[in-house]
Amino acid sequence: MGRTLAEKVWDAHVVRRGSGAEPDLLYIDLHLVHEVTSPQAFDGLRLSGRPVRRPDLTIATEDHNVPTLDIDAPIADPVSRTQVETLRKNCAEFGVRLHPMGDDEQGIVHVVGPQLGLTQPGMTVVCGDSHTSTHGAFGALAFGIGTSEVEHVLATQTLPLRPFRTMAINVDGRLRPGVTAKDVILAVIARIGTGGGQGHVLEYRGEAIRALSMEARMTICNMSIEAGARAGMIAPDETTFAYLRDRAHAPRGADWDTAVAYWRELCTDPDAAFDAEVHIDAAALSPYVTWGTNPGQGLPLSASVPDPARIADENARQAAEKALSYMDLAPGTPLRDISVDTVFLGSCTNGRIEDLRAAAEVLRGRKVAPGVRMLVVPGSMRVRAAAEAEGLDRVFLAAGAEWRSAGCSMCLGMNPDQLRPGERSASTSNRNFEGRQGKGGRTHLVSPLVAAATAVRGTLSSPDDLS
Amino acid sequence: MEPFTTHTGVGVPLRRSNVDTDQIIPAVYLKRITRTGFADGLFAAWRSDERFVLNLEPYRAGSVLVAGPDFGTGSSREHAVWALADFGFRVVISSRFADIFRGNAGKQGLLAAECDQADVEQLWKLLEARPGTEVTVDLREKTVRANEFTAPLRVDDYTRWRLLEGLDDIALTLRHADSIAEFERNRPQWMPVTTPAGTA
Ligand code: SF4
Repeated sequence: MGRTLAEKVWDAHVVRRGSGAEPDLLYIDLHLVHEVTSPQAFDGLRLSGRPVRRPDLTIATEDHNVPTLDIDAPIADPVSRTQVETLRKNCAEFGVRLHPMGDDEQGIVHVVGPQLGLTQPGMTVVCGDSHTSTHGAFGALAFGIGTSEVEHVLATQTLPLRPFRTMAINVDGRLRPGVTAKDVILAVIARIGTGGGQGHVLEYRGEAIRALSMEARMTICNMSIEAGARAGMIAPDETTFAYLRDRAHAPRGADWDTAVAYWRELCTDPDAAFDAEVHIDAAALSPYVTWGTNPGQGLPLSASVPDPARIADENARQAAEKALSYMDLAPGTPLRDISVDTVFLGSCTNGRIEDLRAAAEVLRGRKVAPGVRMLVVPGSMRVRAAAEAEGLDRVFLAAGAEWRSAGCSMCLGMNPDQLRPGERSASTSNRNFEGRQGKGGRTHLVSPLVAAATAVRGTLSSPDDLS
Repeated sequence: MEPFTTHTGVGVPLRRSNVDTDQIIPAVYLKRITRTGFADGLFAAWRSDERFVLNLEPYRAGSVLVAGPDFGTGSSREHAVWALADFGFRVVISSRFADIFRGNAGKQGLLAAECDQADVEQLWKLLEARPGTEVTVDLREKTVRANEFTAPLRVDDYTRWRLLEGLDDIALTLRHADSIAEFERNRPQWMPVTTPAGTA
């Protein structure tokens, strides 16, 4: 019987088949490192006198803690500063390439890998960060790991793992204009739930997926973890090859041809079976927003806040009640009537150049509503430079938005970019958990188009709502 | 790692589903560079409510957390496991765990054991009816007991073996150093390396 894409990549990386209780030992092609989940791992290496086995398959960047203003000054928060300095010390000691604050290649780890061409089809990619699933957009098997596993990969370049199950997410037909990758993935998570993908690799397939750019595919794969999945994948095709060609670390010359020939084999065989399959009708989708405190609590923008009393499942009802109380929302309120204080455009989900372009197009010649602050935080310094070369920074500034340097920023508020208690945001990031963007802050997840339109109207809106 | 065979301690009912790791430990607490000192941040937002279960005697001294489905979703932060362990928890029981959380727990000697949601509900009732009830988790037999109540637990064989023996993953893997070296010799040479930095 044929194999799925995920199974092909898995099989190509088995160092040793497990037997009995022992899992397979899987080789890791690329290990991405950042300052938050690595210090204890490097410490572990030091304690046991182990080196980094393959510094040449490892790369680090500073992203979670970094300020997005005054990046030339030392980090004001001493604890954040220590964490960043610890990464610098560790990378120097163990010979790991690092892109620190101020460097042209610095940025969010999941933006940096692909833009350097380090993420390629058929690879295994890990990082101490759950949104490593982003890299699956290239047909890589990419997944987040904990700090103990970070240490394991640093020491051995492998991980003991049990095969993941596979789930096909078929997005059939075509998306309507104004409906984006973010809307697709929010709809998928609303459908299968935050635990629906548990133990699975999701393979996104179908006409709508094939039509997406690489950046849009990254947005989709990025949020696979929010459906509980280990990873998300999309089979590589001409779009993938065109994106990779001539990137700094892409193969060249004859190597390029050899690589592309191999990459073309990386697709699910027609006779392969998935453990589960889901079908989504692309044409029926519209802009999606979340109303609750987990990414599965989302609805079309045209809907109203749901009434928990009408939810049959007891756990889901209680979760909805708690969410509405935290979000301070009344059942039946049209989502379009919800007003926000803050709009955040950025993160590893939607902080790439196409995201900034889409939002700038909406904001061109318009103003951010009075009383609303809009933060635009590019995913990397390269994205920032590209946006400035196109004049997008001037569009944002003219509209009254803030133009920042690269980092995770308000996606998780480890740096000074946070919501204050009770503040409400429309955010292009990936998590609307309680307090995620700052203690007591309330988050609605949206696409860049919805973020920009919301900034203009001050209430959750799509560009169609702007006259 | 200390071997884990059985554990008996006060059970804590946490009637919430989808407890994500941002709730277990918010990002502002992740700036430490050690593996310890995270107990203060455990459930930080909820603990500011004095009625929260961990603020009540005798749950305060609990070591077996019984939570709703989809525990540990979201961020991969192992700090969530360190915070639970630092606070004194040795076991978390839920009908479903997020994969990364369960993996992280196994690495740190915190047992993340699954049981049916119906059994979780039974345990909740029991622990709420008689606060301070002790729960015994037996990893050899894969059972949980509290007073007369007994239920089976699900723990994957590899994690169970490593926990029972107290084995270190890295040392286990390094026994296969030859296989790793052999695999590396056969990798295609065109695959990317990070050093030296490439130029486009
Ligand atoms: S942008 Fe947000 S989700 Fe992405 S890596 Fe940073 S903190 Fe994590």
